[in-house]
Amino acid sequence: MVSTAEKYGWAVVFALLVTFAIPWFLWGDSRMALGLPVWLWWHIGWMVLASAAFWTFANRAWGIGITDTDSTTTGDHA
Amino acid sequence: MTATLQLGIIVAYLFIALGVGLLAYRLTERTAEDFYLASRTFGTVVLLFTVFATLLSAFTFFGGPDTSYAFGPEWILVMGLMDGIIFAVLWYVVGYKQWLLGQRHGYVTLGEMLGDRFGSTGVRALVAVVSLFWLFPYVMLQQIGAGGALSALTGGAFPFWAGATLITAFMILYVVLAGMRGIAWTDTLQGAFMLVMVWAAALWVLLAVDGGLTTINAGLEATRPEFFALGSDFYTPANMLTFAISIAFGVAMFPQVNQRFFAASSETVLKRSFALWPVLVLLLFVPAFLLGTWATGLGLEADIAAGESILPVILGEYTPAWFAALVIAGAIAAMMSSSDSMLLSGSSYFTRDVYRPVIDDSLSERREDLLARAGVAVFATAALVASIWAEAGAFGADSVGSILVTIGDLAFGGFAQLALPVILALYWRRTTRGGILAGILVPQVVYVGFNFLPEVPLGPVTLFTDTYFGWGVSIYCMILGLLVTVVVSAVTARSPDEDTDLYFEGLSAD
Repeated sequence: MVSTAEKYGWAVVFALLVTFAIPWFLWGDSRMALGLPVWLWWHIGWMVLASAAFWTFANRAWGIGITDTDSTTTGDHA
Repeated sequence: MTATLQLGIIVAYLFIALGVGLLAYRLTERTAEDFYLASRTFGTVVLLFTVFATLLSAFTFFGGPDTSYAFGPEWILVMGLMDGIIFAVLWYVVGYKQWLLGQRHGYVTLGEMLGDRFGSTGVRALVAVVSLFWLFPYVMLQQIGAGGALSALTGGAFPFWAGATLITAFMILYVVLAGMRGIAWTDTLQGAFMLVMVWAAALWVLLAVDGGLTTINAGLEATRPEFFALGSDFYTPANMLTFAISIAFGVAMFPQVNQRFFAASSETVLKRSFALWPVLVLLLFVPAFLLGTWATGLGLEADIAAGESILPVILGEYTPAWFAALVIAGAIAAMMSSSDSMLLSGSSYFTRDVYRPVIDDSLSERREDLLARAGVAVFATAALVASIWAEAGAFGADSVGSILVTIGDLAFGGFAQLALPVILALYWRRTTRGGILAGILVPQVVYVGFNFLPEVPLGPVTLFTDTYFGWGVSIYCMILGLLVTVVVSAVTARSPDEDTDLYFEGLSAD
């Protein structure tokens, strides 16, 4: 099971993924790159990044908040 | 010629689906768990595509491109946040926990899982009844869509009622035969087909347009230059977030999606699907929705308000008839793949959570399996009759029919109201039976009230409108549901029948 610090770290990562899925800082921006709006390229990059983050989560930290809530076995991890 | 080809492709699809159904039937055990959940055996590809095809089929081809055509391509960002990120997180938060509990205790429906925890048939039946209230009209919408599409395709030669009946009859036949396994197999074929088609269509249009993207962008620059900039009067932050949040949470509680959380064969399958969600969303929606925006740049026109769609128009203009026919027929078939899953889930919610606990507790496995299959036929036929009645504008149908259609349109928001109380129940031991009952019931009543009651001006505010400060009323109702669950749980005592440790103990990996 991962450390407490890493648990909070993952909560932050998930919050960031949600927050910037729409690039608010590009609001009203109409710059283009390779025929598509820059904000659309942000979307493409962000989805790939999210997938990589989810993959890492699934391999490192899967189960936090769910399988570590068992009071009979997690006393020493708390 | 094109219509014959399209009809031919649809009929061919119907028979392929039936064939897959027969194949699946041979592998089926005669138990309800196998019929509803394919005995919890889905691998990554099948699970991912069956959820995907179930969810997004008709919208990908029609609604999404139409929105991008009329308002610009920002809907791609809404889908990314909604299905790529929020739904993926719910896949873990709700889905993984449900899957673990399903493995431990054999749950088949959400209501069953909650009823067990709260020691209450009332909770179980309430979840089922609320779900069926939103699901039934949503199935009708699919039938109305499919019947209308067939009728439009044949220039009315094939009347609405005949098209809707044909498609419903095929669906009943193969759902009753094949159950979840057959549905998931056709979904998988269809999901893969959709992905290939959507990319082929986008590339085809790009190659066929003289000058490609440069020409398209020049056209957009001339007619709708505001499409390039992020945001507009339609795409306000509040509007985009309302859609993304309420649909993502709604999706997780839609019976046919929620039930699939139980159907994964292993933890590895859940992990892989979880990580693949954003990429799949990216691959499907970017080309599909860009096609809609490109149509604007190419000066094409479709009367969206009158029920036309832009995708057939752009394909008709730039791709050969057979290719356009294949995509459009695929889209109609895709509409069916959403309804078949809903029929199966609707039947399971009724038989397991309403019929068995409330009416006949002593049902045997074999009998339940038969009842489940009969339930599919009854549910589908009832929805069909209601659809035809609503479309025909027969006696009383004007008001009741339009109410049913409105309920169907509001279904995502309605299901979203279930999500937060359920998540609280899954993660907060202090949730009580009274808390969950109130937390489910109150936001439903308020949500329905605000959508159906006439607006009442009350000093500076207006009661019963559907947005406040730009945010949809579904968001406020979700927050209300959360608060009601917490407050009522805090002030009510735990009932002795409740098993507060059920969702927490014994879940560590074994």
